[in-house]
Amino acid sequence: MFPRPVDQASPLVRTAYQVALPIALILWLLPLLGVALTSVRPSSDLAAGNYFGWPSSFAISNYAEVFQNSPIGRYIFNSFKVTIPTVIGTLVLSCMTGFALGVYRFRSNILIFFLFVAGNFVPFQILMVPVRDLTFNMGLYNTTAGLAMFHIAFQTGFCTLFMRNFIAALPRELIEAARVEGVAEWKIFWYIVLPLMRPAIAALSVLVFTFIWNDFFWATVLTTSASTQPVTAGLSSLNGQWIAAWHLVSAGSIIAAMPPVLMFFLMQKHFIAGLTLGAVK
Amino acid sequence: MSVTSSETRQRSWWRSNQQWLTPWLFLTPGMIMFALYVVWPIFESFRISFYDWDGLGEAQWLGWANYQELFKDRAFKTSLKNNVIWLVLYMLAVPMGLGIAIFLNQTVRGIRIYKSLFFFPFVISQVVVGLMFSWFYAPNFGLLYKLTEFLTGKGIAVLADPDLVTYGIIAAGLWPQIAYCMILYLTGLNNVAPDQIEAARLDGAKGFKMLWYVILPQLRPATFIAVVVTVIGALRSFDLVSIMTNGGPFGSSRVLSYYMYEQALSEYGYRMGYGAAIAVILFLIMMVFISGFIWKMVRDERGVN
Repeated sequence: MFPRPVDQASPLVRTAYQVALPIALILWLLPLLGVALTSVRPSSDLAAGNYFGWPSSFAISNYAEVFQNSPIGRYIFNSFKVTIPTVIGTLVLSCMTGFALGVYRFRSNILIFFLFVAGNFVPFQILMVPVRDLTFNMGLYNTTAGLAMFHIAFQTGFCTLFMRNFIAALPRELIEAARVEGVAEWKIFWYIVLPLMRPAIAALSVLVFTFIWNDFFWATVLTTSASTQPVTAGLSSLNGQWIAAWHLVSAGSIIAAMPPVLMFFLMQKHFIAGLTLGAVK
Repeated sequence: MSVTSSETRQRSWWRSNQQWLTPWLFLTPGMIMFALYVVWPIFESFRISFYDWDGLGEAQWLGWANYQELFKDRAFKTSLKNNVIWLVLYMLAVPMGLGIAIFLNQTVRGIRIYKSLFFFPFVISQVVVGLMFSWFYAPNFGLLYKLTEFLTGKGIAVLADPDLVTYGIIAAGLWPQIAYCMILYLTGLNNVAPDQIEAARLDGAKGFKMLWYVILPQLRPATFIAVVVTVIGALRSFDLVSIMTNGGPFGSSRVLSYYMYEQALSEYGYRMGYGAAIAVILFLIMMVFISGFIWKMVRDERGVN
C-alpha cells in the first residue's frame, strides 16, 4: 500500500493524522458549510451583518419561503421529467449498441465505436445552433421532452463506451456455448447478456441521473419558461431575482443539490465504479 | 413446437443471416439518435458559420466574413486568452487530486466517510458551486473579502476585478475537478501491485522517489483519464462563467463557450452564423486533443486484441 499505512507509524504521527483529517475536511468543504449555514440563517441576521457567526436562530422557514415564493417545486418536478426518461432511454439504447459492438466482430465495428467515443468529447457549442433549430422544427422547443431527447442521444455516446467495454470483458464462452445450442441471437442478448449487465446498468443510471440533473447549458438553450425549466436553469433565474437575499439563494441551492447527493450516498459503490471505469487496468 | 411451412422458410432465412444482421438491428436506434443530435449538427454548424443568420429569417451567404471578423474582435481574443488560462490552470486539478488521494489512502477508522465527503463537490451541480463561490467572494461581507481586508487592510472583490475574475472562477471550477481526479487516483492506488511496493521498499525506495519511479508508472491509466476529463472540463467551462459573472466585468471573464452562447442568443439579436464560427474554432481546439486521446485509445485497443 502506498503511502505506508499510518498504523505502522509512531503514535505521534498517528495522532497527527487523526487530527489533520477533520481539519482538512472542514477547510475543503468550507464553501458548502458556509452555504448550509446561510440557508438556515434568519434574514434579520444578514441585515445585522451577522454573516459568519452562529445564526441567532435556525430559520428552517427559509426553506418554506423558497417553496412558497418561487416555482422551485415546479423546477424540481421538471428536472425529474427530464432526468428519468433520459436515464431509461439512454440505458435502453446503450445496452443495445454496447451488445452489438461488444459481441460481434464486423468490419466497421471499431469505427462506429470510436465515433460514439469521439462524440462525447465534442464541445456543446458546436451542437447548439443546429440542435436548437432541430428541436424547434420538431415542435419540442421549450418542452421537457425536447430536452430529454437531446440528452438521450448525447449520453448514448458515453454509455456505449461503458457498456461495450463491460460486455467485451464478459466470458465469450457463454455466448459461444449458447450459439452451439442454437439459441437465437436476440435471446442471447435478453437471457444471457442482459442479466450479467446489472452492475453496469446500476452504475450508469446513477451517473446519468447526476449528469442530467446537473446540466445547465442545455436547460438554458432548450427551455425558457418556469413551466418547463429544470432546477439548474430555474435556480439561475431565481438568483437574478433574489439579489442579496442570500439566505434564500442558499436554501434554494441546497434543495437543488439534494437529489443527486442522496443518489450518490445511496449508490456510492456503483457511482464510483462508473466514474473510475478505465482508471485501472 | 409446431410451425407452418412458410414460417419455417422465414425462420431458416433468418437463421442463416442473423449472425451479421443482429448487430445492425441493435445499433440502428442508437445510431439514428446519435447521428441526428450529435454528428449531423457538427457539419451543420460548419455550414452555418459561413452565413449571416438570425435564426428565423433567410440566411445570407457570407463566405469567410464571420471568421475575418473574429480575428479583429477583441472580445474573441479575450475569450481565447481566458481559455488558455483555463486549460493551463485547470491542469492543477490532476496533481492536487493525486495529493489528496495519497493523503486519504489509509485504512484508519471512518476513512470511507472522509473519502466520500471529499468527493462531495463533484456531485453538486456547477450552478450550485458557482453560487457558493459567489457568496464566498462577495464584496463587503464575503469570507474572502473579509479575510483579505483583515490581512491587508483592503478587501478584494474578486469577481468585480477584471484582472482577477478569471482566476476566481477557475478556483471555483477546480474544486469539483480536484475531487474527480482524487477519486480516479484513489481507485488507481487501490490497485497498485503491493509486491512491487514491498520490493521497492526493500531496495530502500521511499517518499517521493517511490511515488515517481514505482507508483506513478502504475497509475498511468488513471492519469490518462484525469487529463482527458480535465481538458474537456476546461474547454466546457460555461456554467460557472454564466452563473458567477455573465462574462463580466466588462467581458473580462468570457471564455469561448460563453461568448459563443452570448453571440448566438444574445439580447441584442441572434447572430447564429457568428456564434457558429466561434463554436467551430472551439471545436477545432478540442479536435487537437480529441485526436490525441483517440489515437492513444486505438493504440491500446490494438494492443489488447
